[in-house]
Amino acid sequence: MKAVTRSPADTAPAAPTAAQLFTGFLTLGLMGFGGVLPLARHMIVEERRWLTAEEFTDVLGLCQFLPGGNIINLSVAIGLKFHGVRGAFAAILGLIAAPTAIVIALGAVYDRFAGDPHIRHLFAGLAAAAAGLLISLAAKIALPLRGNPAGMAVAARCFAAVAVLRLPLLPTMAVLAPLSILVAWRFAR
Amino acid sequence: MTQTLIALGLICTELSLLAFGGGNTILPELQRQTVDIHHWITAQEFSALFALAQAAPGPNLMIVPLIGWRVAGLPGVVVTSLAKFGPSSVLTGVVLHLWGRFKDRPWRRMVQAGLVPMTVGLVAASAALITTASAPNLVCAAIIAASAALTFATRLHPLIVLGAGALLGLTGLGQM
Repeated sequence: MKAVTRSPADTAPAAPTAAQLFTGFLTLGLMGFGGVLPLARHMIVEERRWLTAEEFTDVLGLCQFLPGGNIINLSVAIGLKFHGVRGAFAAILGLIAAPTAIVIALGAVYDRFAGDPHIRHLFAGLAAAAAGLLISLAAKIALPLRGNPAGMAVAARCFAAVAVLRLPLLPTMAVLAPLSILVAWRFAR
Repeated sequence: MTQTLIALGLICTELSLLAFGGGNTILPELQRQTVDIHHWITAQEFSALFALAQAAPGPNLMIVPLIGWRVAGLPGVVVTSLAKFGPSSVLTGVVLHLWGRFKDRPWRRMVQAGLVPMTVGLVAASAALITTASAPNLVCAAIIAASAALTFATRLHPLIVLGAGALLGLTGLGQM
């Protein structure tokens, strides 16, 4: 990987300092509404050139493979790559510091005025819109399962177990995830 | 208080390691634990907190520290953040070293492809649970339907949809 010669356009991406990792991810945390990933790629690959496009795709593949938010894992992986544990802390703290403060401030406003009918109505409308976003997200990620009846059957069982039967997540995944992987393996042959 | 913090920490640690496919897959379990089992908040409050987290910038797991704050104040924020982001981060660090060895192996793609239907089922379950708790009347149900249809069919920015929903709610139309 390191021996590959880079094209002139992406010569020697600048290795960020821990402080730059912190401020970079702080910016991402503040800017990303409803999906930080496209912004993250823009900043990391095109703007600051911490990684090449190939390196970014490779690290993202790792982050999508593992549990946890993709962007959270991405911050940890990039921080580790440049400055070890210190870099990982700088990156992830930068990413979650501002959103945590903002979300708690919003929560405090909600708590303070929860008795006020106007605020209650406002939050009812906000919650309804957020629920709609989630429905459309579910529909979008279900689209690739068209033409994959086995995959749809697994998804339906998972939905029934969690939403209808209200079974705990751990046993549900312990049973269905290996089954789902087995199905994917059988169909790929 | 300490017991509450320990319970919060354990729940978030488990969810941290089970969150395949991103944050929205763990909402049903988070709701089951905080609403059904521990009775820390109601289903309606959970939906309101979820909406708040959606309206804030950043990663979409921000409902976790928000619940920590709601249940146990600042110590709750610290415990839930550490427990939610710590274990998956440590795992990322460990696997990062091994990644070069198996990223191109066929089984890696099989496992990843096999997890997709799980993600679909879990996000659909999240949508169903949040929707059920967010539709106390016809106007809210209409907002949900419009928001889902608009964001599915167009590239409208989520913040615009959330803002419009909040404004429609503020009019008090159809609400008591």
